[in-house]
Amino acid sequence: MNAGVRFSRVGKRFGEHWVFRDLSLSLPGGGTTAIVGESGCGKTTLLQLVNGVLRPTEGRVEVFGEDVPQDGIETFRRRIGYAVQGAGLFPHMTVRQNVTLLARLERWESVAIEARFDELLEEMGLDAGLAGQYPLQLSGGQQQRVGLCRALMLRPQMLLLDEPFSAVDPITRESLYEQFLHAREHENVDTLLVTHDMSEAVRLAGHLVILGPGGVRQSGATEQVLASPEDDYVARLLATRLDATRSDPS
Amino acid sequence: MKEPSAGEREGLAPRKKKQREGPAPRMKPIALAALCASLALGSAGEPLVVASKDFNESYILGEILAQLLESDGFEVERRFGLGGTLICYEALRTGEIDVYAEYTGTLSKAILQRDDQPDIAALNALLADEGLVLLPAFGFNNTYALAMPRTPARERGIVNISDLGRHPELRIVVSHEFLEREDGWPGLSRRYGFDRDIGGIEHGLAYQALVDGTIDLTDAYSTDGELVRYDLTVLADDRDFFPRYLAAPLVRADLPERAKDRLRAVADTLDDAGMQALNASVLFDDADFAGAAVSYLEGIGIEGDDSGSGLWRQLGRNTLRHLELTVMALVPATLVGIGLGILVFRIAWLARAVVYATGLLQTIPSIALLAFMIPLFGIGVTPAIVALFLYSLLPIVRNTVTALTTIDPVLQRVSLAMGLSRVERLRHVFVPLAVPSILAGIRTAAVISIGTATLAAFIGAGGLGDPIVTGLALNDHGLILQGALPAALLAIITEFALEGLERLLSPRHLRAASA
Repeated sequence: MNAGVRFSRVGKRFGEHWVFRDLSLSLPGGGTTAIVGESGCGKTTLLQLVNGVLRPTEGRVEVFGEDVPQDGIETFRRRIGYAVQGAGLFPHMTVRQNVTLLARLERWESVAIEARFDELLEEMGLDAGLAGQYPLQLSGGQQQRVGLCRALMLRPQMLLLDEPFSAVDPITRESLYEQFLHAREHENVDTLLVTHDMSEAVRLAGHLVILGPGGVRQSGATEQVLASPEDDYVARLLATRLDATRSDPS
Repeated sequence: MKEPSAGEREGLAPRKKKQREGPAPRMKPIALAALCASLALGSAGEPLVVASKDFNESYILGEILAQLLESDGFEVERRFGLGGTLICYEALRTGEIDVYAEYTGTLSKAILQRDDQPDIAALNALLADEGLVLLPAFGFNNTYALAMPRTPARERGIVNISDLGRHPELRIVVSHEFLEREDGWPGLSRRYGFDRDIGGIEHGLAYQALVDGTIDLTDAYSTDGELVRYDLTVLADDRDFFPRYLAAPLVRADLPERAKDRLRAVADTLDDAGMQALNASVLFDDADFAGAAVSYLEGIGIEGDDSGSGLWRQLGRNTLRHLELTVMALVPATLVGIGLGILVFRIAWLARAVVYATGLLQTIPSIALLAFMIPLFGIGVTPAIVALFLYSLLPIVRNTVTALTTIDPVLQRVSLAMGLSRVERLRHVFVPLAVPSILAGIRTAAVISIGTATLAAFIGAGGLGDPIVTGLALNDHGLILQGALPAALLAIITEFALEGLERLLSPRHLRAASA
């Protein structure tokens, strides 16, 4: 399996505080990988090391088989879509402007921009009438979908998702999952998803990375991790999923 | 009043040669936009600019000169109430003004720094190099004088200063300044051989003390209106101690001959008593400067015009000049302020330093900041614009920096992570989101500028401060309002206009959200 992302003995320190040290990890290309763990164990930090928003204090991060570049970082980042919790849409831009910003900066033909924009709206189940709306006029679920459209606009090779589904209500979340799975299949883009929600991870990802205090606790195919958790921490995280499933009225 | 302080003198150190270029403002090429604005606002024609210093007698003489010229068909611009001798003199030398009434003693001592007392012909020989001409004097001599109530003076037979030697019982109390100055009591008592201790008193209280009889004699200026009001007599300077301060029109040599001839009409037309009466009429009889000038001109057979040379025209001109000052300061301040904000906001300590520095500028009292500008830029429009520019910077820089540094961190991270370059982030995210706050800063700066620009009249920049300054000197509330009301109105209109502009320019999402 080709490694889409490889961490080699990576450490990251903020001031005096080490988020993690000596973290090594190979993530397979193809499909969706979920990084799961409690708050504060460095999930988001890990994600931001991938697109070079953060730089490792020590060790090495390789993406697409090369070190995250110092020069031309903007070009590099444009090969990686990025969506966050709450969508992070630019409030002064319409849906269309938000989604097509990068394509316009890349000087795509306007016909190509329009075609891609329409395609994405449909893929994410968004009404074409929303194109001229501003983010504040949209529901949370709609904003999140627009955020995903924006991340996918340039047909990136990889998609980084930082808890993009956690700020919406459960019913909306369910339809978001559906849409995402549909779009992911259609776009065929490697996805790295950060979440604290084990059931979400299991639902969306074929590969799990369990992150705990001190680093990676377990990494493997979803079924394999579910079947044989390697330690108590992993087992407890898996249990939260079972609880959630049990309390789910459906 | 006669002699400027040492500081004032140093203040004028740089003497730039400068051609006369009419009333068009002197300007540094700060911004093309500002320049265009100035051209659009610049007044047509080239009126003669008559100035005065900031005390009553100077206002009256200025008004006399102005009306004299107007009665001969000249168009006149009044630049009254300039803050001091050297400001007037420098303004005349550089061509900002064309004429004002100066005193021979002041010219020789404060400006030419001579110890002797050259007469007008001698002074003209000295002034020729500067391109200035002192025309024939009005006639009166506004010098130091010793004054006492008329009746006791007559009873004791006191006419001359030397008579005081025979009356040691007189309670002589003089102003503190007169007590200390070499050309005051110390020199005088040496010249007259007096050997006595005298007291000091606040000048403003001295006249009342004379009237009450608590003192017998004090110092005064020989043309003070109070001399008439309190029926005081001035003792003759029989040993010729006090320098002569003959008032005369001081003009630029390149003034049209016809104008100079017209001004020569004042020669020997006004004696001490006449000037005292004019001063008193303004001080005590509710006359205004223009009215006092009219009554004087009538006396010499010339019909003056005290309609204030057209209230509306004056108002229009003041308002235009006021707007010009504000716009020429605000446009560059906006460009520099926003640019500076964008340059420094990423570096926290630098941003703090810049905001702090611009804040420091704001703490300098406006009038002091204007005064600091004089040694650098002379007097008139340029120093006023520079001062207003500095004042306008703070709100714009501060609002720009604050807006840029408080952009939602999520948006900052997203814009970085999606691969926008530094310039693209500024252009597409940071600046658009900061626009409302920046516009608010510009609005604040505009209102501050309009208010502060009223003070620019003190350094000869004109504007709506002109009538205010004159009104203050005259204690004329109507005149003060003539400047204050339009200035307030201008500020309010600007506030509303910029608010409208703000709404027009504000990102549509804010309007969409509130709709």
